[in-house]
Amino acid sequence: MYYRKKILLFVFILFIPFVLHSQVDTDSLRVLKEVILKGKPYQEVIPVQTLSGKLLENLSSHNVADALRYFAGTQIKDYGGLGGLKTVDVRNMGTHHVGVFYDGIQLGNAQNGVTDLGKYSLDDMESLTMYNGQKSEIFQSAKDFAAASTIYLRTKRPVFIGYKKTNLLVRFKTMSINYFDPSFRWEQKLSDKVSMSFSSEYIKSNGEYKFRYKRNNLDGTIAYDTTATRHNSDIEALRVESGLYGKINKGSWDAKLYYYDSDRGAPGAIVENKFSDGFRQYDKNFFTQAFLVKDFTEKYKFQARAKFAYDYTHYVARDTTNILGETVTEGAQSDDSYYQQEYYITAVNMYSILSNWDVSLSTDFQYNRLNATRRGIQTQFSYPQRYTTLISLASTYRIGGFKALGSVIGTNVQEEVRYNAKAPDKTEFTPALFLGYTPFKNYDFNLRAFAKRIFRMPTFNDLYYTMIGSSTLRPEYMNQYDVGFTYNFPQNKGFFDKFSFQLDGYYTNTKDKIIAAPTGNLFRWMMTNIGQVEGKGIESVLNMGTHFGKVNLAANLTYTYSESKDYTKFGGLELSSYGDQIPYTPWHSGSGILNADYETWNFNYSFIYVGKRYNGNVNNIKINEVQPWYTHDLAVQKSFAFHNYKLKGAVELNNVLNQNYEVIYNYPMPGRTVKFIISIEL
Amino acid sequence: MKKITAKIILSLCIILAFASCREDEIIFPSTDKSVAAPRSDGNIEGFYLLNEGNMGMNRASIDVFNYRTGNYTTDIYSERNPTVVKELGDVGNDIKIYGNKVYAVINCSNKVEVIEKWTAKRIKKIDIPNCRYVTFYKDKAYVSSYSGPVAIDPNAEIGFVAEIDTISLEIKRKVTVGYQPEQMVVHNGKLYVANSGGYRVPNYDRTVSVIDLETFKEIKKIDVGINLYSMQIDRRGDIYVSSRGDYYNTPSNLFVIDTKTDEKKMQLDIPVSDTCLVDDLLYFYSVSWSYLTNSNKIIYGILDTKTKQIITDKIITDGTEKQIMIPYGLQVNPETKEIYITDAQNYVVTGYIYCFTPEGKLKWKTTAGNIPAHIAFITKN
Repeated sequence: MYYRKKILLFVFILFIPFVLHSQVDTDSLRVLKEVILKGKPYQEVIPVQTLSGKLLENLSSHNVADALRYFAGTQIKDYGGLGGLKTVDVRNMGTHHVGVFYDGIQLGNAQNGVTDLGKYSLDDMESLTMYNGQKSEIFQSAKDFAAASTIYLRTKRPVFIGYKKTNLLVRFKTMSINYFDPSFRWEQKLSDKVSMSFSSEYIKSNGEYKFRYKRNNLDGTIAYDTTATRHNSDIEALRVESGLYGKINKGSWDAKLYYYDSDRGAPGAIVENKFSDGFRQYDKNFFTQAFLVKDFTEKYKFQARAKFAYDYTHYVARDTTNILGETVTEGAQSDDSYYQQEYYITAVNMYSILSNWDVSLSTDFQYNRLNATRRGIQTQFSYPQRYTTLISLASTYRIGGFKALGSVIGTNVQEEVRYNAKAPDKTEFTPALFLGYTPFKNYDFNLRAFAKRIFRMPTFNDLYYTMIGSSTLRPEYMNQYDVGFTYNFPQNKGFFDKFSFQLDGYYTNTKDKIIAAPTGNLFRWMMTNIGQVEGKGIESVLNMGTHFGKVNLAANLTYTYSESKDYTKFGGLELSSYGDQIPYTPWHSGSGILNADYETWNFNYSFIYVGKRYNGNVNNIKINEVQPWYTHDLAVQKSFAFHNYKLKGAVELNNVLNQNYEVIYNYPMPGRTVKFIISIEL
Repeated sequence: MKKITAKIILSLCIILAFASCREDEIIFPSTDKSVAAPRSDGNIEGFYLLNEGNMGMNRASIDVFNYRTGNYTTDIYSERNPTVVKELGDVGNDIKIYGNKVYAVINCSNKVEVIEKWTAKRIKKIDIPNCRYVTFYKDKAYVSSYSGPVAIDPNAEIGFVAEIDTISLEIKRKVTVGYQPEQMVVHNGKLYVANSGGYRVPNYDRTVSVIDLETFKEIKKIDVGINLYSMQIDRRGDIYVSSRGDYYNTPSNLFVIDTKTDEKKMQLDIPVSDTCLVDDLLYFYSVSWSYLTNSNKIIYGILDTKTKQIITDKIITDGTEKQIMIPYGLQVNPETKEIYITDAQNYVVTGYIYCFTPEGKLKWKTTAGNIPAHIAFITKN
């Protein structure tokens, strides 16, 4: 009954714009103009980094996680292997504070809050954009305002040149380790206003690669030096994606379908006497989403988005061994399946009060549910359901060289469970303020500052996981402050075609961080809000472009300095690691991409450096140190044209110096690999 | 313009200079610290302490304390056994000394590491999956294990106890016991095994398996209480077995088994996490999570095994207990009656070991490894 009321209210809010619309003068409809979906970025207000076009295409990265490593301030947790989990962390605030948006709608995981970015292919990606704070516009859903950092994955849209009505691309990739990856993309113009895309990719690999562990004695002689093969890192995955894109009078729409199916090994830690394990993960992810944007009047714009997602994950842990001729289990066994559903809908209204003053109101509604079947587990699963309503109110104001963007989001979360205790309802209001200033008329120099308070909800696992979850958990708050500038050097003057530099300093403060607190039994933890972390850092990005005759050169360099210290107290006592840098947080990290383009040739060199950091044992002492790692990747690409075909071949050399490194302690990464790519475009 | 570029490039170079490169990795070195005054009396030369190390971190480690020098040395295994690939292993669970051999049970490395008592050099590695605790009788070692035959139901595997010949260090026999067996004691040619059923929440096991060591067959299951864990036996043949409870409605408890009848004879209604028995005194502590305060409640005490009465609810008497986050290991020197308590902190970070006088006053405290837990005293031959 109560929910029916709430839904009614929601529907009402959703349709307000139409009601309002009928009241405004429709005579003012002007000449049809194409709406550019990207919107106008107010780059001076919010720090932004983008990878797109040639730089993205020629980067020897094939999934989103690998490409995100080139952004300043990001850290990817990579467990190695072809099927291994890859998650992203921005400014060390934790994976849960990063909102990842796929074509405008957030990828969610209410169960554990983790988005595995290793499974999103770059093949169909047009651009990757990362914002600290939030995207620099207010014509967006409440969810876009609701994360400490946001990453936008934008897939390719069909573009038809001349009278062409069909584009077809067939691609094949293989590697020096067992790897088989065919894919295709088909784009069709259905009418003047509607086009379609359909793409699919299949990946199969046994994931076997060599890794090496070597230690020396204190006198420099070799203590041990062993090379072994990584097992259980295989993958077989299929991705199918389709989109419809349409234009309407003063607006546009699109609709998407996405399906991903994988069977992969989840390789475990390499520890003494155990160099392989048999954890398996089976995923089926499906989502469909739609988007509509329309300028109803000069002053009033509206957009709506909707999504349905279904995610199935099946984990199986079943290692066996032999003792006295009998097959027995090794380690704890499990066979659990999880089924998640998500429904999401948003309506965004923006109104220009004055030419320099805009205001927006967005209303989002989301429903999540988690079901499970867990073989052999006899505790009652909670079967949680969550109803989330988000309302954001935002405004931008520009005067002279000043710009201000302010937003406030109200979030209401209500949950229901079939068994066990349910989490109490929560209502939160969180604000953000962004300021930009362009002091000089003649220089493209922009100063910016922002302050943002946001929170993350405890996940279903945090709240309801058997024996560990605590339904009394409160949200985890993140306060983030940033000051910085961007300077774009005057173009076409001097040596560079493009030269921009941006620098940001930030401070973050996590309050009520959700962490597992120890109890008397090592196997039993309690989720609590006792964590306390403070971070600060500097991020710099240098972007350059130049040319010598027909050779075009582009370079993107980043450097990040970061500190993130744990001040968690437990029962009023300081841990032995009190004030130490949190695990896997390097003080220094950086990346570089150099790209050279000459007629049909393209050369790419990329470099990543992650400095010294400490492993999961936290204390900043020698034994917990993890070595820096740095990889050099090279790629060369050549395209050929025959009649109407365009053929492209590429060879990539990854980890050129064959460094045996680990991102996560005891999870070895592949050494040098060669990749071959061939594609044909019709 | 060029100046600015030059400046930026220069500052990048400076930054790169700060950033360090990879070095050859060396074995984990030990560290030595003088913590106590040397003493020359008694037969106990020192002790080994096994740090469990967090799962997946491969950071089980062995520390040693030497009474003769008063030095506490952390992490000796790697130095003494530099050729062992990836060192001691993942999650140490028990350490005991029998004869001239030290048996370290390394749970997630699926092995019992047998090292030489004085040098800590590897004698042999015995593969036993999911091994938990070790105990001894005559020329045999007995190791409990959670592993069992593969069943369709993932948590239905029934654990076993393996019998190891202490001369050849070969597994000779195995016997199926209950679900997820933990600690064991031997009395009168019989092995008593506490079955926890820890994987089977909330349907814990509640039995102690009685194994005849001659035939190596389970001859009886004694119904005791849910989620059994620690075991001690006094000189009168009474076994003290602790139950961890279900963390919700059934609290932790301590039971007494009479080995004359092989029946449960008492329920002492004392919450107990771990125990140590010296002469007639059973030292214990308990850590239990309180849903009210969202923190742990910690209790210490000593039970007189003759009267089954608690004689004190204080092991530590000088207030030091307030510094201990999670007491995890408890051991009493049988000669000097000095008390050792380890603090596992939050199980993730480096822990501490505390030494108290028999009266419960702090003698010394030092940094151990990750999850300091199990102590084995080294006695003169």
